[in-house]
Amino acid sequence: MTQPAVSLERRQPSLGSTIWSWITTVDHKRIGILYLFTALSFFFVAGAFALVIRAQLAVPENNLVTPDAYNQIFTMHGLMMIFLVAMPLNAAFFNILVPLMIGARDVAFPRLNAFSYWAYLFGSILLLISLPLGEAPNAGWFAYANLTTDTFSPGRNLDFYMMSLQVLGVSSLASALNFFVTIVNMRAPGMSMLRMPLFVWMTFITSVLMLLAFPPLTIGLVELMFDRYYGGTFFEPSAGGDPVLWQHLFWIFGHPEVYILILPAFGVISEILPTFSRKPLFGYPFMVYSGIAIALLSFGVWAHHMFAVGLGPVPNSVFGTTTMLIAIPTGVKIFNWLGTLWGGSIRISTPLLFAVGFVGMFTIGGISGVMHASVPVDYWQTDTYFVVAHFHYVLFGGTIMALLGGIYYWFPKIFGRMLNDRLGQVHFWLTLIFFNVTFFPMHLLGVEGMPRRIFTYAPGMGWDLWNMVETVGAFGLGLSMLLLVVNVVTSLRSGKRAEADPWDGRTLEWSIPSPPPEYNFAEIPEVRARDDWWRRKREIADGSAQPPATQPKTPIVLPLPSYFPLLAALSLTIAAGGMVWQVYPVVGVGLALLLISVVAWALEPNHPTGPAHPAPQPQSGSQPIQQPTSD
Amino acid sequence: MTGLRRTARRALFASLAVALVLVGGCVGGTPQAASDPAADNARKIWDLFMPIFWMSVVVFVIVQGIIIVAIIRFRRRPGDPVPHAMHGNTKLEIAWTLAPALILAAIAVPTITTIADLARNPGDEALTVRVIGQQWWWAFEYPDSGVVTADELHVPVGRPVHLELESKDIIHSFWVPRLAGKQDVVPGRTNTINFTADAVGEYSGQCAEFCGAQHANMKFRVIVQTEEEFEAWLQQQQQPAVEPQPGSIEAQGKELFMTNCRGCHTIQGTEAEGKVGPDLTHFGSRQTIAGLVVPYSTDNLKQWIHNAPSVKPGQPGRSIQMPAFTALTDDEVNAIAAYLESLK
Repeated sequence: MTQPAVSLERRQPSLGSTIWSWITTVDHKRIGILYLFTALSFFFVAGAFALVIRAQLAVPENNLVTPDAYNQIFTMHGLMMIFLVAMPLNAAFFNILVPLMIGARDVAFPRLNAFSYWAYLFGSILLLISLPLGEAPNAGWFAYANLTTDTFSPGRNLDFYMMSLQVLGVSSLASALNFFVTIVNMRAPGMSMLRMPLFVWMTFITSVLMLLAFPPLTIGLVELMFDRYYGGTFFEPSAGGDPVLWQHLFWIFGHPEVYILILPAFGVISEILPTFSRKPLFGYPFMVYSGIAIALLSFGVWAHHMFAVGLGPVPNSVFGTTTMLIAIPTGVKIFNWLGTLWGGSIRISTPLLFAVGFVGMFTIGGISGVMHASVPVDYWQTDTYFVVAHFHYVLFGGTIMALLGGIYYWFPKIFGRMLNDRLGQVHFWLTLIFFNVTFFPMHLLGVEGMPRRIFTYAPGMGWDLWNMVETVGAFGLGLSMLLLVVNVVTSLRSGKRAEADPWDGRTLEWSIPSPPPEYNFAEIPEVRARDDWWRRKREIADGSAQPPATQPKTPIVLPLPSYFPLLAALSLTIAAGGMVWQVYPVVGVGLALLLISVVAWALEPNHPTGPAHPAPQPQSGSQPIQQPTSD
Repeated sequence: MTGLRRTARRALFASLAVALVLVGGCVGGTPQAASDPAADNARKIWDLFMPIFWMSVVVFVIVQGIIIVAIIRFRRRPGDPVPHAMHGNTKLEIAWTLAPALILAAIAVPTITTIADLARNPGDEALTVRVIGQQWWWAFEYPDSGVVTADELHVPVGRPVHLELESKDIIHSFWVPRLAGKQDVVPGRTNTINFTADAVGEYSGQCAEFCGAQHANMKFRVIVQTEEEFEAWLQQQQQPAVEPQPGSIEAQGKELFMTNCRGCHTIQGTEAEGKVGPDLTHFGSRQTIAGLVVPYSTDNLKQWIHNAPSVKPGQPGRSIQMPAFTALTDDEVNAIAAYLESLK
């Protein structure tokens, strides 16, 4: 699609307003920032839902919310944290970092990238509309059939679930395709696969997982749509269907999804630890291969979510064993992170603390994961608070800890301002402590036989104390997250200006100014080693190499802004929204608009001389870049 | 900072120590604790878990220990040189690939033997009970004697019990943590659970697969009795329903029952043959109503008869659960309650 060549004239979709420039932006960094702030906003909404859950469960027989409201709230908490927070936060980092780390000026398909973001935003809005209507999804994030058929769930709750997940799925697929192609095609000269930063490797593997994992979910949702709208019987046992089919389809998506959520975190940690230890990542090839091994195995373990379904002793033994196998490459990663720290020169600062906290907390989640892999133990632990503890250690102690570390680490690069490290360290310690106060007792409640997804419990079960402790911890955890908001807001206004390379980094993004210019690299770097910027810095210090160019010597083409990605995403969401209410004219209008915007998108030049002439014209003059925006 | 870190670690270990206390059996007042097994099935699970738990503690201590030592020992001090760029160590990589593999093999072998063990059919002397899960209560049918009850499963101590789990509507999961691991109850399938209880007593259980608005209140109890007590109970449950004295309040209650309730409930030996709600032939011998949403009391029973949805609100837009009978006067409700409680 877009060629990294020269463009001087720009078709301006509109003049002036900054808002318009953000709406039409195809710059990967700006799209990454949009992802970042949108996902962080949803993080606080979904976190507030968690606090309602904890408030309801603080004492037995509480009547804070009705049973159905509780079910909507825990379902939305899970759905939002997975699809609206964790995945888009990962996407924010993919967007901002991958081109910078591989020495590219943008992603392979900048407008498709914008489409991914807008489809994410509009799909999220479609899901959230259900809340004020009192019809939010209420069957859990994995929405087990046949509770979800129209007989047992007559409201629109599950329709919002089906349709918004379809839109979000399109967004994820487009994004996965984009990063796959970007990493394969857009690497700077010399950046061989085994010289890529580990974060880029994890993005690559995650993209493959997303491409392969989302289609089964799409199929499951289409079947659910037929069951709910058109008298289908895929999941209806009385008509020969099988509700267990949904579980297979869901978990063939759902288990790789766990790795879609955690692999980027592995990548973030694998960047932070070497920088703050001033040592290369220990066992780089093993880190790459173990990531690939995890990805392959992740498609062979889905039935470990279904040990109690009654698949039989043989499938349970097989899936129990494959699940245990995943612990091996995961253990390799943990030990390599420890090997990176060992013998290093460790600088204690906020990103490092979060990274180390990740290693510690994720290890706990990994260990309890091995416990569930032992099938008979899972007969006890599945669907109890033991499992709730497990996946919060993986997803909060793991993914969120790592991404918070990533925010503290790359914030200076993204915004050109340092976050306050002292406040960041306080944030880390409060997070670590309250995280454990909230989630560790859930293991104990699991031992004491408390099932998950119950809106109330009787007194005298021995659950009162730990539930109260968890509630206190959850509110502490919620408050500690406000420190991040304070830090970000004050730093954006008055934070210390960030240098290009404030942490003594190792990878290419630290070789360019903070924040990076729109074109990223004035000259595309020639890569000669893993951690190429670290190598070059040493050579610059020796006098054997030139510092990188900060002003482009040759003109640069950047992709043109466009509003068609937004229009296409909006049309798609209108069609999906029409399906929620089954108003077919609206669906028709949405699809027609989608067709129009996609055709217009295809015909719109992404370059003034047309895509057939991408070659740069030699330019003289002091301003070879024409900004697509007003600023 | 390291002080704080140590404090956090200490807090973690303290929580772990508390866990150990619980695990050790000091679980007074935790009627659903898996750590306090009272049947072979649950005990096998717990016995499988304990070695895994201790291996986990070892791994936990090693990893957290290395983290703490590394952070303290290798902290950067002013003027420290750039450390030697160590890229890896193949021997170490092989070692820490093999070590987890061995630990996992040690877990996998007993795992697989236990899976097979728990699935083994108990043989002919076992008591077979059909368990029918439905929103949001449990029916228990004893096929050999024709006894049908709700939310209370009676079994003899020391004799294998073979449960055949079926669902009338959607997926539920049958779970009595102190007796057996859970097993989903899936419409269109018959799953089984085998266990032999080894102590007389009452064990609480509840649905463990999310099943809609009142999933939390789909509870039940298992009453483990001596063989004699169990046989006596079975005998008594096989009797037809008690006939109230003519002219008594119970007789008045029966009349009201037959006009209001028989479409959904069965009372054997009368014209009430409804199959929607629980069989009430021997309701008076039970101590549970409505999936234990409230403790049993005559007042709660009356409240339930009068306005069930206010006690246990269901899914909005759907009315499969017991409707409200707000047209009944207090006297009428009292009569029905008196009749039901007379059905010993």
